[in-house]
Amino acid sequence: MNIALLLEMAAEGAPERVLVGPKQKGLTAAELLACSRRAAQRFQDMDVDHVGVVDVNSEAIPLVLFGAGIAGIPFAPINYRLPDDQLRALVARLAPGAVVAGPDVGPRIAGIDGVEVLSRGAFLDGVATAPEGGDAPFVDPDDIAVLLFTSGTTGDPKAAVLRHRHLTAYVFTTVECLGAGDDEAQLVSVPPYHVAGLASVLTSVYAGRRIVYLPAFDAETWVATAEAENITQAMVVPTMLRRIVDVIEERCVRLPSLRLLSYGGGHTPLDLIERTMKVLPDVDFVNAYGLTETSSTIAVLGPDDHRAAFASTDPNAHKRLGSAGRPLPTVELEIRDPDGAAVPMGARGEIYVRGEQIAGEYLGRSVLVDGGWFPTNDAGYLDGDGFLYLDGRLDDVIVRGGENLSPGEIEETLLSHPAVAEAAVVGVPDPEWGEGVGAVIVLRPDAEATAEDLQVWVRERLRSTKAPQVVEFKDALPYTETGKLLRRVLRDELRQKETT
Amino acid sequence: MELTSGARLRSATDSTEVIVVRAPSEPVDLRCGGHPMVALDGDAPSASIEAGFDEGTQLGKRYEDEGSGLEILCTKPGPASLSIGADPMHIKGAKPLPSSD
Repeated sequence: MNIALLLEMAAEGAPERVLVGPKQKGLTAAELLACSRRAAQRFQDMDVDHVGVVDVNSEAIPLVLFGAGIAGIPFAPINYRLPDDQLRALVARLAPGAVVAGPDVGPRIAGIDGVEVLSRGAFLDGVATAPEGGDAPFVDPDDIAVLLFTSGTTGDPKAAVLRHRHLTAYVFTTVECLGAGDDEAQLVSVPPYHVAGLASVLTSVYAGRRIVYLPAFDAETWVATAEAENITQAMVVPTMLRRIVDVIEERCVRLPSLRLLSYGGGHTPLDLIERTMKVLPDVDFVNAYGLTETSSTIAVLGPDDHRAAFASTDPNAHKRLGSAGRPLPTVELEIRDPDGAAVPMGARGEIYVRGEQIAGEYLGRSVLVDGGWFPTNDAGYLDGDGFLYLDGRLDDVIVRGGENLSPGEIEETLLSHPAVAEAAVVGVPDPEWGEGVGAVIVLRPDAEATAEDLQVWVRERLRSTKAPQVVEFKDALPYTETGKLLRRVLRDELRQKETT
Repeated sequence: MELTSGARLRSATDSTEVIVVRAPSEPVDLRCGGHPMVALDGDAPSASIEAGFDEGTQLGKRYEDEGSGLEILCTKPGPASLSIGADPMHIKGAKPLPSSD
């Protein structure tokens, strides 16, 4: 079970179908397979331990991914936005390695011991024209397919390990082979070093769905490309979704081809989901919850769930719009307390998952516990119908005088205030209670609210211990470019303020 | 025959190829077109499809044998059908999930 088998099967069943690029002159399944085989030969000849990519999205991504898979060499996409010193340190970890890089990146990673940089243009020319390679080596399903450096919102980036068997299990159990119609096209704007960017290649190719890449995300270009390429579906992270909806509203765009929009990779506020469903009433929505260590999605809130929750006036049913849906049928999911015991339904705890797609491993170290369970470090709870609600990272929990306060609930309450556009809640030092609640607020344009207004708002809806004792107003919150809130940055800023 | 997860096999009667997704708990007599399947690098198909084993295999479908737990995925289709001994293997029903990546 090599990830390249996914491409081989697509090429077997629909060799002439265009899978990457424009409908008229993109790469067909058969061409993509032939080019990937030549890429594999190139990597084998170089005798390297890793094949990296440091680049924006382009048709080189699937070629390098499948080429590395066929050659049995781990594929490692790296974030080209990192500062030079961090980027070079990560690339150096791939030695002996081959790294495909775009024109802007190549010079930044030149001269690293044991790393040969291939320019994207020359690499693409080579795989289009080189002679057919020899026999591909046997690749064990247990071999490493992909190394993803986790975004590292704390500390040094860790290399998450995904083996061939994890990724193929994910695709085989969630995607129907060539299940997509030949008019379907997927717009990929998530970067190649994000697990959703990686998974989109595997699932789209296996489904027989054409991939259209945006080199990097930009809302105007996203909307224009969706229109021009008759895009039928896409996956975006919440920060992208917000900007896309802004553009759609401003320009009264309709996107008639778009059938499905999936979002995930960070917390999506309820009001944004409602706004999106209003401006795109004919689109199916999917909220996906997953982690790098779980080969992407492990729970989904599907289109029917969205419509039912959106239309419901019952507050409990409507609330589901903000849930992560139900676990995949192939994934077991439990909520456990700090001692590792399962908690009763409705109680908060740490999310644990188990299944064939769950890797739960970093280079040299598996973190799976008793019988293959992966502790996600995400907090959450399940309702009576099995819907999963996420409640931030466990590390983000604020411990105030022995009481555990979860930022998610306080943020949701703040966001329900009409003047609040964005809210982040983090722990602040408190001499009496150890830690207290700090809130950082972005107000809506032309709206006003004082710190006291918001404190009263939370106190009346939750309880006084959850009301923020510090409220800061900012023009914007800091996010990673894939939409993860940088709580650490806010925590440090508030701490700084408290001590000066 | 002993089957391990990831093993790839071909039919002795037609173009069908499969990969073992879940290994069986005990050795099984996996056949295609009524004849035992062979390793992928084995001889080209030469036997003819037996009557009653000619319903075809479908690309990308998973076939299971509940008794042994064997699950295989069809990686190349053909006109013959899969069986354990004389018992036909059934397509594993699965509802594909909405696309999320």
